[in-house]
Amino acid sequence: MSFTMSARVDGRLDAALTVAPGETVAVFGPNGAGKSTLLAVAAGLLRPDAGSARLGDRQLFATGDGGRQHRVPPHWFPPHRRGVALLAQEALLFPHLSVLDNVAFAPRSGGKSRAESRKAARHWLGEVDALELAERRPAQLSGGQAQRVAVARALAAEPELLLLDEPMAALDIHAAPQLRRVLKRVLAGRSAVIVTHDVLDALMLADRVVVLERGRVSEEGPVREVLGRPRSAFAAGLAGLNLMTGTVTAAGLLAAGGQLVTGTPDGEAAAGEPGVAAFPPSAVSVFLELPHGSPRNCFPVTVTELEPHAGRIRVRAGELSADITPAASAELGLEPGMRVFFVVKSAEVQVYGA
Amino acid sequence: MGSARNGHAYSGIPRWLYVPAAVGALFVLLPLAAMLAKVNWAQFIPLVTSAASLDALGLSLRTSAASTALCLVFGVPLAMVLARRPFRGQRLFRAFVLLPLVLPPVVGGIALLYTFGRQGLLGKGLEVAGLQIAFSTTAVVLAQTFVALPFLVVSLEGALRTAGKRYEAVAATLGASPATVLRRVTLPLVLPGLASGAVLSFARSLGEFGATLTFAGSLQGVTRTLPLEIYLQRESDADAAVALSLLLVAVAVAVVGLSYRKQQVSA
Repeated sequence: MSFTMSARVDGRLDAALTVAPGETVAVFGPNGAGKSTLLAVAAGLLRPDAGSARLGDRQLFATGDGGRQHRVPPHWFPPHRRGVALLAQEALLFPHLSVLDNVAFAPRSGGKSRAESRKAARHWLGEVDALELAERRPAQLSGGQAQRVAVARALAAEPELLLLDEPMAALDIHAAPQLRRVLKRVLAGRSAVIVTHDVLDALMLADRVVVLERGRVSEEGPVREVLGRPRSAFAAGLAGLNLMTGTVTAAGLLAAGGQLVTGTPDGEAAAGEPGVAAFPPSAVSVFLELPHGSPRNCFPVTVTELEPHAGRIRVRAGELSADITPAASAELGLEPGMRVFFVVKSAEVQVYGA
Repeated sequence: MGSARNGHAYSGIPRWLYVPAAVGALFVLLPLAAMLAKVNWAQFIPLVTSAASLDALGLSLRTSAASTALCLVFGVPLAMVLARRPFRGQRLFRAFVLLPLVLPPVVGGIALLYTFGRQGLLGKGLEVAGLQIAFSTTAVVLAQTFVALPFLVVSLEGALRTAGKRYEAVAATLGASPATVLRRVTLPLVLPGLASGAVLSFARSLGEFGATLTFAGSLQGVTRTLPLEIYLQRESDADAAVALSLLLVAVAVAVVGLSYRKQQVSA
């Protein structure tokens, strides 16, 4: 079932989202970027100021003219008639029902008999490896168990679109991988949108990535594309890359700050077009004085932070970072506030169109 | 305090606070004890089983049950609207709904009289239709409902706000219609609040006096509820008044005690 939506919520969201049949889309973005608002509009829990959405051949909502006068859209499906299930950060299992009856809730609401609903509930509990929890009360479950049951409950509604709002965020580091495995299995072939902060979710669960910043889509594309060649600072941060924006030149990129970055432009980026230069922190060396020789880029920077990072020291200097060994850091005597040079070989810098 | 079992958890209560707390407790318990001391036990059974007493007790229980039912029928929707659907002027609206809490009951009785009485706002029309409400058992129920409704609305609205809307939103995205959500999610979640609200309403109805006397009068078997009977007997037969008072206390304690235990079990 394909899903298309474009919606505007004044001051919070102005974005379009498309989910192809069977596709899982990961939505990234800083806090307050409008990710949860996007899901709430899709689920029917929040009326947008303007916009429209279709799921398959059904119109979920539509404002007449997209005009600002209509605060109440002329066409509006309430949440229970959408076939869109929402899984939140917290499991929110109904505390007065057993696990089995929680999962049976949607089939029962859909008009099935109690016996049929419970049969369906057992099937979905099995799908999330939680059949043995059927007779328990929600209060007797761990966070990870509760969230798996919540997944089963959402699936039991047989939604045409499944929305997941940071489903792993409230779980401890042991429970998250198990839920991620369950999600990988059940999301296969399903139309779904998952809001997340974890790049691992994109790699494991998603086909496509959408980056939302200040209510707008700043970047979107296949996971490999966005993480391999990020165009927004946020996506570069996810991919663990340094990113500089500017104008493509024959030899590289003229950065916004006036700095010339030499690198290897790919074939598609023509000189004069807006572009970005990306390079991994591991390719950056740190010098106290300006080095000479070899075709290298030197960026004078001020160290802002030092932090441990996978057995190395990540040296942050504003937007850029460098990964060096603890020994090298000690030898240089690095500390926040020091003025140093970040040096990166041209061969390590990728330049492409933005 | 249970401190022997649980260890000495920090209570945060200054020592001197126990003194006014004890005075407050005595203030409530002492009058009850004083009344108990005045009971004429030899005559107790005949006093409370006289025809007038039994009439009054039966009427009180019947009308209180009816007014509690009315409170549920109108109070649950009122609390839902107040807790779930913000609208302009809501604070003012709530203040008026809760007004009977602070209004002298006799004023409520007068207000009801000018609404449902023979010359009242609705009473005139009802009179034409052959319905006379004032000074009937129906009037007793209406007077009790008027004073008891805010108790149910207040406790249920609080329970609804505490429960929050999130479970209801989840239920809706699982395909449950608003009616199903109300029946299978909202009401079960607030059941303890609903039960305590109903008990408070029942207790308030049972004790209703001023509005009942003003709007319904005092006719044995028709409008003379237990509090009215007690007030009447106080003039002529103090022993009967005390015995009936004790009966009312016993009924009230039983109702509150039963519901309190039920809530503990459900929680």
